[in-house]
Amino acid sequence: MFKAATSGPAKVVTANRLDNGLVVFLDPQGGWTLDIAEARILDDDEIDAALAYGKEQDDARIIVDSYAIDVQVTDGLAVPVRLREKIRAERGPTIVYGEAERTKLTAAAD
Amino acid sequence: MYRYDEFDQEFVTERVAQFRGQVERRLSGELTEDQFKPLRLMNGVYLQLHAYMLRIAVPYGTLNAEQVRMLAFIARKYDRGYGHFTTRQNLQFHWPALKDVPDILEHLASVEMHAIQTSGNCIRNVTADQFAGAAADEAVDPRPYAEILRQWSSLHPEFVFLPRKFKIAVTGAERDRAAIQVHDIGLHAKRDESGRIGFAVYVGGGLGRTPMIAHKIHDFLPEEDILSYCEAILRVYNLFGRRDNKYKARIKILVHETGAEEIKRQVDAEWERIRHSALALPDSEIERIQAYFALPADLTPRPAESVVLNRARVTNAGLNQWIDQNVVPHKISGHAIATISLKPIGGTPGDATAEQMELVADLAERYSHGEIRVSHEQNLVLPHLALDDLPAVYEALERAGLGTANAGLVTDIIACPGLDYCALANARSIPIAQRISERFGSQARQNEIGDLKIKISGCINACGHHHVGHIGILGVEKKGEEFYQLTLGGSGDETTSIGEIIGKGFSSDEVIDAVETVVDTYLAHRANADEDFLAAYRRLGQAPFKEALYGAT
Repeated sequence: MFKAATSGPAKVVTANRLDNGLVVFLDPQGGWTLDIAEARILDDDEIDAALAYGKEQDDARIIVDSYAIDVQVTDGLAVPVRLREKIRAERGPTIVYGEAERTKLTAAAD
Repeated sequence: MYRYDEFDQEFVTERVAQFRGQVERRLSGELTEDQFKPLRLMNGVYLQLHAYMLRIAVPYGTLNAEQVRMLAFIARKYDRGYGHFTTRQNLQFHWPALKDVPDILEHLASVEMHAIQTSGNCIRNVTADQFAGAAADEAVDPRPYAEILRQWSSLHPEFVFLPRKFKIAVTGAERDRAAIQVHDIGLHAKRDESGRIGFAVYVGGGLGRTPMIAHKIHDFLPEEDILSYCEAILRVYNLFGRRDNKYKARIKILVHETGAEEIKRQVDAEWERIRHSALALPDSEIERIQAYFALPADLTPRPAESVVLNRARVTNAGLNQWIDQNVVPHKISGHAIATISLKPIGGTPGDATAEQMELVADLAERYSHGEIRVSHEQNLVLPHLALDDLPAVYEALERAGLGTANAGLVTDIIACPGLDYCALANARSIPIAQRISERFGSQARQNEIGDLKIKISGCINACGHHHVGHIGILGVEKKGEEFYQLTLGGSGDETTSIGEIIGKGFSSDEVIDAVETVVDTYLAHRANADEDFLAAYRRLGQAPFKEALYGAT
């Protein structure tokens, strides 16, 4: 099947959890997952309803600031298009930090 | 150091209780995010790229050992075992859970710390020379005045909703280590011929998307007038600063659009009205605050030369290099000030693990009369070390990965958290800093290059101070890719200048080579080894650097 010429890129809905602030993605069951591989991939015509659901979940004090991001889907897995969202989806910075960084620098110095 | 009085402690304790209630109401749904956001920001809680972020105030960059130990405890218990020291001498935790923040603030309050006014359109944490009260070249200790300003500006009812945030920096030495000319108000404490203390007052400096150097509007403001004069400046700004456009709302824009002379006239007019009010500082009050900052009683002169140190320097090349680079003279004979570099080669600028913080606290207690400072260049400082103790201090720092001998050198890079952490960033800063650090990591090469300040920002808000970097690097996003624009010739010292854009930006792959080209061009063109990068650039101008980067035009 060819995708309709008018349709935009696939999307997923993302937010931060209210209690601990961590990045989450809307999953197919209406829950929120830390793993973008488990995110629900949305077509154009599903976005509005998903964002409305995000707003409800915001009101229900589960998440904060939900919004949709563009993703590239490869073998069923969503990969964010923008670098900002790629980094968010990685659940942390692109560099090692804290004790792990200290260990790495110590190893490099030896 | 200043110690909270009953009013300070009560105020901070009440604020923790108030915020605890606000967090409870947010989590129970009584407050929406729109209602809660301004409340959390007033308490230093941001929602960043990956998680909440808590920014903790370090007034004028001064900490005691107990406070640093508490920061380490919080890092371990509530965060991910580390913290990030910022260009405003503050500390940020990148991973606290909202539900834990009231407990964190309660712990902080127990050691006289808080996160109040670390965000929002108010007067932010007052910053100062990190060597204050210790530097041999200091005329006046700026900390008592910074403390007086802190007390005046804390929850000042008139200045809680300014057009935009407002930053004050104070120094008391001719050598400006506090970048006062790129602050909303910069104060330079000095003495006149009779020994009287006064301030040169600078206003309207700033970085961000519209960098500007402050204008001096007073040569020598008597110390008793510091509050009335600052209040007059804030009043003029609060009345006439723009509120229609957040990008034009800082006082630098007001000063620029109105003209420094007219601003001075308005400030002076308001000052005349209020200078004899309750804001006039009595000598007794200045002396009362100064007493908190007296040198430790047992910090007494020692022989100017240390046999122990001199002997150790001969046999320990690492120590010798560290003394040369990271240690500067103290005002008391036989003592020194040491910069603890938070810039290990290839590391994240400004980060310290809980274990490292505890070590610094231990060393401060044992060797530095319990005092620690944070510099705006994202390093720590032990301000009061006996020369005899330097070998032991160095050995302990070195074992903990804190002995890097690079203060002021090419690898002592300022970098904002950038797109690795920050919701506003367009590009990453930290990996660029790490790659530059690795490229120039050899001590011999760093020594050959000499003083060179590289400053990196991941967006135009310029938290990484790139405008005043000798080499400034600004990250931008272009068609989904990170690009980096180089500026040359900036400086944040007493000869402040804004760096000039050298040409089109470089991709992430190209930018390290570009920086190396700039450095090599400097080495090839400098008059001699004593002409540092900034002096050479000011003499040479852009041309040789442009040609080396982009070819002959």
